[in-house]
Amino acid sequence: MRRLLSDAGSDDGTPVTTAVSPAGVAFDPAGPWQRARSVALRPEPFGALVYHFGNRKLSFLKSKTLVAVVEALAEHPSASATLVACGVTEAQRPAYEKALADLARSQMIERRTDA
Amino acid sequence: MTALLPPRPAAPDRPVGGRLIDQFEYGLDAPICLTWELTYACNLACAHCLSSSGRRDPNELSTAEAEAVIDELQRMQVFYVNVGGGEPTVRPDFWHLLDYAIGHDVGVKFSTNGIKLDKTRAAQLARTDYVDVQISLDGATAEVNDRVRGTGSYATAVRALENLAEAGMKDFKVSVVVTRENAGQLDEFKALTDSFGAQLRITRLRPSGRGADVWDELHPTMAQQKDLYNWLLANGDGVLTGDSFFHLSAFGEALPGLNLCGAGRVVCLIDPVGDVYACPFAIHENFLAGNVRDEGGFQRVWQSSELFADLRNPQTGGACTKCAHFDACRGGCMAAKFFTGLPLDGPDPECVQGYGESALAARDLELVTPRSHIDHSHSGPVRGQPTLLGIPSIPAKICDESPLAGLQLS
Repeated sequence: MRRLLSDAGSDDGTPVTTAVSPAGVAFDPAGPWQRARSVALRPEPFGALVYHFGNRKLSFLKSKTLVAVVEALAEHPSASATLVACGVTEAQRPAYEKALADLARSQMIERRTDA
Repeated sequence: MTALLPPRPAAPDRPVGGRLIDQFEYGLDAPICLTWELTYACNLACAHCLSSSGRRDPNELSTAEAEAVIDELQRMQVFYVNVGGGEPTVRPDFWHLLDYAIGHDVGVKFSTNGIKLDKTRAAQLARTDYVDVQISLDGATAEVNDRVRGTGSYATAVRALENLAEAGMKDFKVSVVVTRENAGQLDEFKALTDSFGAQLRITRLRPSGRGADVWDELHPTMAQQKDLYNWLLANGDGVLTGDSFFHLSAFGEALPGLNLCGAGRVVCLIDPVGDVYACPFAIHENFLAGNVRDEGGFQRVWQSSELFADLRNPQTGGACTKCAHFDACRGGCMAAKFFTGLPLDGPDPECVQGYGESALAARDLELVTPRSHIDHSHSGPVRGQPTLLGIPSIPAKICDESPLAGLQLS
């Protein structure tokens, strides 16, 4: 398990760390984001399991703070603002931005068009 | 029920953070996915059938009960199920249940021998999102396949594959159980699969169900395991394994996927009569956690059964924990150990460090390996039945108590 905060899953029912779909977009922390509309989030004791109904990818959010961040993205003007609002410290920021970038690449989060 | 696992110290609390694999050892609020065998009925009589399928169980879940299970899976956010059997497509309501599941956000991947996948069904499947199909094939040639799965089963599977490919179905799978007889055909399986635009899935033979009868004869040799390991390292990216070969990680490099027994932790089995077992390879009363018909349904079984609570602990004792490779293989497959009569906290019978062979050799000669009392095998001869066990003899006398009556065990 190489990733820090999120792990992609296989379609085979079990979690793996294979490369995520290249179809997602590059992550810009200054932009507005939200949990993708076709993604469901299931709370788990360690964080959450996220599932994309479109591409059938499974991922795991490995901290409750990351779950809170993903859920709060839609309420803030940018991902950076969301991290601040969720109490992510400066020291933790790079790890969280990397996790969000992974989630963007696997289409678990998407850019909002409303802002 | 007697304690399943050897006594262990009280489980430590779930760690915060860290590796997912360590989190999974403590279980999840709902399975990541589960296997649901819809019927024990099957047109075939494969020699190694993990669920000893053949005859329909009269107590099978009704359509309404199956729908209620799907409703529950939707509530628990189990996003998809692996449907199997028996042969699931022989259930008259199979196509209805497929639609019902998809309509309730529960995706379906089903395993079939292909018997019902004519051009019409193939076209229907190709039009449906959110369904995966895997066709079982245990030989890249009819000769190898039919010896285990029965005469004509290769032709049936290939016809289904042709129909799916012709209908434009995407991402369907060819599902292979690796045996001593087909382990040398991995490249041929890959080529065959590629020729249909399908994806190859290979999984491990377990001594479960009728598999116990043929395991000694069919499980890959140590040399074949090593070849398989190297093949997976070279080809693993394009091949699915259901993460079933994690015991091979003890050869050195970890294989991609979850290198952990997920039984009762992240997976389980619902059998055709609604019984919930820790995993599809563990249909035995020792691994029975409850029934979906019980009060509280599947959710209560998953979240409250004592058996599953017992399984949701890291293994802290036993011979394997002292092995340098323990972190790689985690002691291997629980079902493989159980049905070969090995202790659950000891080595896997196919331990690649050789400890399994020693443990098997050290078994008490008087040892009777555990057998499931669940057996739906056809009671009479089946058309085209596998020849692996030799030419079928006249059925044993009806008063013979043992299902092994007349079988020569080496």
